[in-house]
Amino acid sequence: MSDVLLTLSGVHKSYGATRALRGVDLQLQAGEVLALVGENGAGKSTLVKMLTGVVPMDEGAITLRGQPQRFRNAQDAQAAGILAVHQETVMFEELSVAENIFVGRHLLRGPFVDWAAMNAQAQTVLDEIGARFAATTLVKDLSLAERHLVEIARALSQKALVVILDEPTAALSQAEIRDFYGIVRKLRQQGVGVIFITHKFDEIFAVADRYLVLRDGAAVGTGAIADASEQELVRLMAGRAIDQIYPHIDARPGEEVLRVENLSHPSEFQGLHFSLRRGEILGFYGLVGSGRSEAMLAIMGLNPQATGTFTVLGQRLDARRPGDAIAAGIAYVPEERQRQGGILGFSVQDNISLAGLARFANGPWLSALNESALCQRMTERLRIKTASPHTLLSGLSGGNQQKVVIAKWLGLDPKIVILDEPTKGIDVGAKQAVYQLIAEMVQEGLAVILVSSELPEVMHLAQRVIVMRRGLQVAEFAGAQIQAEAIVAAASGLDGTHTPAPALQQEVAA
Amino acid sequence: MKTLLHIRREWLLLAISACIALAVGLRAPVFLTWRNALDIANDSAILAILVMGQMLVLLTRGIDLSVASNLALTGMACALLGKAFPGVSIVVLIALALAVGALLGGLNGWLITGFDLPPIVVTLGTLSAYRGAIFVASKGAWISDQDIHLAIKGLPRAVWLGLPALVWFALLVLALAAIFLTLRKTGREIYALGGNPHAATYVGIPVQKRLRLVYTLSGALAGLAGLLWVGRYSIAYTELAAGYELTVVAACVIGGVSIGGGVGTVLGAALGVLFIGVVNGALPVIQVSPFWQQAISGAVILVSVALNARSERRSGRQILERQGAAA
Amino acid sequence: MKAWNTWERVLLGLLVLLMVVFGISQPGFLSADTLADSTFNFSEKGLLALAIALLIVCGEIDLSIAAILALCSLAMGYSMRAGAGPGLIVLAALVTGCVAGAVNGVLVTRYKLPSIVVTIGTLSLYRGLALVALGDQSISGYPELFSTLGNAYLGEVIGQRWLVLPIEFVLLMVCAVAVGLFLHRTVVGRRIYAIGANPVAARFSGIEADRYRFLLFVFAGLMAALAAILLTGRIGSTRPNIAMGWELDAITMVILGGVAIEGGRGSIVGTMLAVLLLGLFTFGMGMANVTGIVMSMVIGLLLIVSMVLPRLLQRRPARA
Repeated sequence: MSDVLLTLSGVHKSYGATRALRGVDLQLQAGEVLALVGENGAGKSTLVKMLTGVVPMDEGAITLRGQPQRFRNAQDAQAAGILAVHQETVMFEELSVAENIFVGRHLLRGPFVDWAAMNAQAQTVLDEIGARFAATTLVKDLSLAERHLVEIARALSQKALVVILDEPTAALSQAEIRDFYGIVRKLRQQGVGVIFITHKFDEIFAVADRYLVLRDGAAVGTGAIADASEQELVRLMAGRAIDQIYPHIDARPGEEVLRVENLSHPSEFQGLHFSLRRGEILGFYGLVGSGRSEAMLAIMGLNPQATGTFTVLGQRLDARRPGDAIAAGIAYVPEERQRQGGILGFSVQDNISLAGLARFANGPWLSALNESALCQRMTERLRIKTASPHTLLSGLSGGNQQKVVIAKWLGLDPKIVILDEPTKGIDVGAKQAVYQLIAEMVQEGLAVILVSSELPEVMHLAQRVIVMRRGLQVAEFAGAQIQAEAIVAAASGLDGTHTPAPALQQEVAA
Repeated sequence: MKTLLHIRREWLLLAISACIALAVGLRAPVFLTWRNALDIANDSAILAILVMGQMLVLLTRGIDLSVASNLALTGMACALLGKAFPGVSIVVLIALALAVGALLGGLNGWLITGFDLPPIVVTLGTLSAYRGAIFVASKGAWISDQDIHLAIKGLPRAVWLGLPALVWFALLVLALAAIFLTLRKTGREIYALGGNPHAATYVGIPVQKRLRLVYTLSGALAGLAGLLWVGRYSIAYTELAAGYELTVVAACVIGGVSIGGGVGTVLGAALGVLFIGVVNGALPVIQVSPFWQQAISGAVILVSVALNARSERRSGRQILERQGAAA
Repeated sequence: MKAWNTWERVLLGLLVLLMVVFGISQPGFLSADTLADSTFNFSEKGLLALAIALLIVCGEIDLSIAAILALCSLAMGYSMRAGAGPGLIVLAALVTGCVAGAVNGVLVTRYKLPSIVVTIGTLSLYRGLALVALGDQSISGYPELFSTLGNAYLGEVIGQRWLVLPIEFVLLMVCAVAVGLFLHRTVVGRRIYAIGANPVAARFSGIEADRYRFLLFVFAGLMAALAAILLTGRIGSTRPNIAMGWELDAITMVILGGVAIEGGRGSIVGTMLAVLLLGLFTFGMGMANVTGIVMSMVIGLLLIVSMVLPRLLQRRPARA
């Protein structure tokens, strides 16, 4: 079982001035599960992109089974036997599961596509991993978890040598996670090398054989899981002292500014009930796909099928349209900054004034003076790095783009700011800046709802944490009750009423 | 299940066409004769050929508005050749039609993929450019019946095994299209391409190559249709089939081919052609002015698109656990 | 969004070039009278182009606009036959235009249908209705006022004979300035750019995208009505094939004018320069006795070249 399958040596990658990877070494054995651990921005996704041929490395070597590899594109990597299963599935909705599994390498009988063989082989693989749907089902009729299974089936069917699983259980239920561990076990048995990326410590200890910790682009620790402890991993991950990343929050919660009652939607969430106070950060934690963003959209009037009662500063808010919510003083910084938050083709100045055009205008006429003054003010306040106010948003770094989106909303002087995954996909330096902003917001008396899937973030910033799972509000923690284990347990349904984590460990080790 | 709704739409089209036919047949029994069916088939054959080409393009999220101009230009080219060389064989003419059509279509494909240009604007440009080229080539003169090469005139009219050659051509094209789209790897890749262009590149489908292919095929089929059109109506002139591209797109849309790409079947598109054929054939029989054709066509497009959109809509994600599901 | 940029400079240059070339090759081209005459050809199309420009910037398209023009002309004819006076005839056109545009608007916003397919459908429907109503007949005999509107010069009407600007052209200019100010200087104009550039982000920023889309479709109907009044006045009759194919000309003018088909970019100045460019070009070719079809061909080629050129220019620095 211990022949070295994959090695990476001295991998470097820079994006302009940012060094994403600094001389990373990695070793993976056949039939082994390696947990790749690190905070967002540590370099995990860059490493994966390099392994899957999506991005070339500046320096370094990859060898697979002793053979040096040079990947020019994704197909080279796939042909070599390295496959990745990502969170955003790469699927063709209108095609069947079998076809998705075989897309790009359809089975042929003579000059024609061999549907019978494809369907049969696909079904075999699906049965192996315990999928409960037919190979002829159209992907658009499958849930997110089921689509993940299709991706894994695709990897298995391609006889992959190395399978990279990127946050695979983020949106799975308990039962599905149990099944999933079985799949990982199967992959190991077949001699596949598995690289497993996850934030969840219980998974690391349940499934992995070894670990590799990345921090700020460098590999800072590796070893056997059996010899490691959670504190050790956390220490390696965080490196610098905690208080260097997270600012001190001077929170003095005042009167209630928002009360949400009975927030429900036919398919996305139900019975949400919470309140928010001035000067407070309320964290909304949950796994990806637990319904938090959808709920926030409803508060903002962007989810027409939702129902519920909102009371803002004592007034009932009938949020049928975003304009109503904005007028009531609510701001929403969405999760996907490029698709939902800002307009890449607009300049920084035009982006910042976008939500308040009427406010900064002269009647119906635009006022360049007002807009430029606003832009100047916000650029200074948020320390946005841009060559000029007229630079297109697309020319800014991810972190600065996020600041522009936040600036757009802060410029309206809102009372309530909802931040949805505000540090997703931005580097550590920019994250710090955003956290600082949040601290300042709260100091100025704003109320903040922080939706995040990053536990450390929520734990260090929020005074209260509400946990959502599968569209339901399952727990609320305040002050000293905010403990990592309790929050994670509530988010993944492990809070005492279900089979606890240790039993799973035994299952997999067997 | 959702697949049921899909199949149901094709049955729906067939049923509606049958109903119209029956209703008209009640008023005028001559409508339900074999002779009339043949007439409708003849009238629809050329449309069917064009629709297959357009369907390929629509599947890739594109559109080809130049097909009618292509048809006319290629038809004129064949007519000119036939007039200048009375001895030329029909095989050469068919080859020419396919070649010229493919060239014109390939030009579209090259512009779209080579310069990353939107298909609608490119084909809008070639629509005018090709149309003008007809004038230049023919110097504005019409080629009328007596000058049309006998083989060209004869081709659509030849009867093989009881059916006119024109209908055979259409059936052949339909069959080839069906085989291509369901049984050939390239055909399947076209569905993938239209459904998710990014993912298609990721899994190694040569997107640019496939796009050039569909426009070339659309052009080739338009060329063939041009030859048949000139033969059927025994005439070639600059304004031939002007505006017909809209009818072609209409038939596709009615047949369930989505403008957004990735969705559509040969059966559906063929039924769309059948529908238009039946309606157009019915109008003169029930003594409705043929001027209604266009208006009805338009109304039907609107209704079909609305229905298409209804069946494709998804309302929010299913996050809450469904009632009764195991935890 | 800026109204004057590189592309507009290129267009202006081309316009000057055109004037020079035709000025030399066609004697009398550059005289005030000739130039004024040339504007009749493109004034109505220019109105259509203005409306289409707004729609394309907003991320939509309207292929039915010329068919709406035909319907409006039909409404004018019917109301005239029914004995209505000029005021009511004008009203009939305007109402028809707004209603036809509203139909497009509702289908796109309420039913969330793609505007390209919807307007292909309404194009057929409206043109078809005009055909059904008139067959191969025509309606003529409109009151004097309409012929004046379509054919007279502003100078004649206000008693200053030296002012050889046709009324049609003046109306076009007035509309161009109004639409230009609207798109480039007002809050709503900026919102339209946003909707075209990123409809999701626009919506998340509180912009009521559907409301503006609907209004722009109605506006297109209105412009079609105005163009119908002028055109019907100018040619003095209503035929079912009136303004046939003009939607393509209008779209060509807009794209040539630098408006991106994907939406979110473009200027009214550019659009108007393109209107002038294509209009004068067509007129000049007509003076040189080039037939309409060949002109269409050249315009088609121009459209393609106008899109390929920027792409080629973009690539050069990358290769260096």
